[in-house]
Amino acid sequence: MRITHHPILEFQRGRKVRFTFDGREMEGYEGEPIAAALHAAGVRVLRHSPKLNRPRGFFCAIGNCSSCLMKVDGVPNVRVCVERLREGMQVQTQVGKGDLLESV
Amino acid sequence: MISLRAYDAIVIGGGPAGLPAAIELASCGAKVAMIDREDRLGGQLTKQTHMFFGSQSQRAGTRGVDIAGILAKEALEKGVEVYLGATVLGYYDDRVIAVEKDERFIKMKATAYVVATGASEKMLAFPNNDLPGVYGAGAIQTLMNVHGVMPGKRALMVGAGNIGLIISYQLVQAGVEVAAIVEAAPRIGGYWVHASKVRRLGIPVLTSHTVTQVHGTDAVERVTVARVDDSWSPVPGTERDFDVDVVGLAVGLSPLTELLWQAGCAMRFVPALGGHVPVRNENLETSVDGLFVAGDVAGVEEASSAMLEGRLAGLAAALKLGRGSVTGVMKAMEEARLELESLRAGPVGDKIRKGLEALAREAMAS
Repeated sequence: MRITHHPILEFQRGRKVRFTFDGREMEGYEGEPIAAALHAAGVRVLRHSPKLNRPRGFFCAIGNCSSCLMKVDGVPNVRVCVERLREGMQVQTQVGKGDLLESV
Repeated sequence: MISLRAYDAIVIGGGPAGLPAAIELASCGAKVAMIDREDRLGGQLTKQTHMFFGSQSQRAGTRGVDIAGILAKEALEKGVEVYLGATVLGYYDDRVIAVEKDERFIKMKATAYVVATGASEKMLAFPNNDLPGVYGAGAIQTLMNVHGVMPGKRALMVGAGNIGLIISYQLVQAGVEVAAIVEAAPRIGGYWVHASKVRRLGIPVLTSHTVTQVHGTDAVERVTVARVDDSWSPVPGTERDFDVDVVGLAVGLSPLTELLWQAGCAMRFVPALGGHVPVRNENLETSVDGLFVAGDVAGVEEASSAMLEGRLAGLAAALKLGRGSVTGVMKAMEEARLELESLRAGPVGDKIRKGLEALAREAMAS
């Protein structure tokens, strides 16, 4: 959910853009991290871990921890907590380690 | 062929420690570059909505996010060359660093370095700590205060140090309910000014308590907490559950020291300072000649002391470079040292004082 009223902060948001998450149409603001747009839309599971297939989400928010790796426009292992949202992006839940050759 | 960009000084990290260092260096006439991984300067200050306290020179009464803006503007006005969205990948023996920016390599070189890379959050071990909905406290702050998104509806915070307390009332500001704050220690670790705010909001602080387990299928749905005994073990029969969708971990920070290790700085393990920290002299120069440190990377503390350390390290680096007036720089260094001392005086500074003493002892011993 978006914060609509805040006693101290005002949020400068970019223009509204459309993207897809696992084929579903979604909206977010241009330039915000992909993870923020997904989170605002209630998406919490971003990938499944390689060994035990456990759900993983957003954890550190600053590109340190690799918890939020997703497939973006066919490229796996994108850190969506720091990757900025653009119009028309295709964002997918990542399963396992991700295959770079698949995206070639 | 990659060309080499040369500077008098390079400051790595544009947060509360790095910014004052760069400002002092540039004020003394040095050619300074500043490198930061983020797209805007200020580091963790950009997420801090509370007003700082202390003395006027420590920017009391100004919110962290505004301090970030003031310092960033000053750095740019003084002619600091800023590289944003840039990551330092390596430090080499010939004082060259490799930097990645926009998927390209940049090689840079400087006579003096100030490393102000900050710290990263510590994790806590309990079943299901990898479920979506368990966040580092800083991540909650980033999501709410930078991006304007709520982490969930109802949260449990772990840790009643300054970060745990501050983020608890920031959650409430953002419209998220805070069920409780649990703290394993028998007493609240943060400043009373922050603890009082949390108490006024009616948030219970459960001291001598810890998280024993998180429950949920795809994300956090419930959390179990229990009382801990004197040896930090959960006491059976004291468990209770909270229905929350967010668990925030504010259980401490460890210095981000990778570059210092790579540069060959002498390091010592000092738990009171957050882990491995660099040995340094009173001017914050490490065992590597011309390599200075400031802020959390030198020992986890807080933003006011990071700003003062940044100033001190920047001035000391300028002195080393032979920039600025020697008497003026030395006088300003003395002032910064005295301010740091007064900031660390009293019971709140007890831990950091003991940590610094331990580091000095460790450094002497070998």
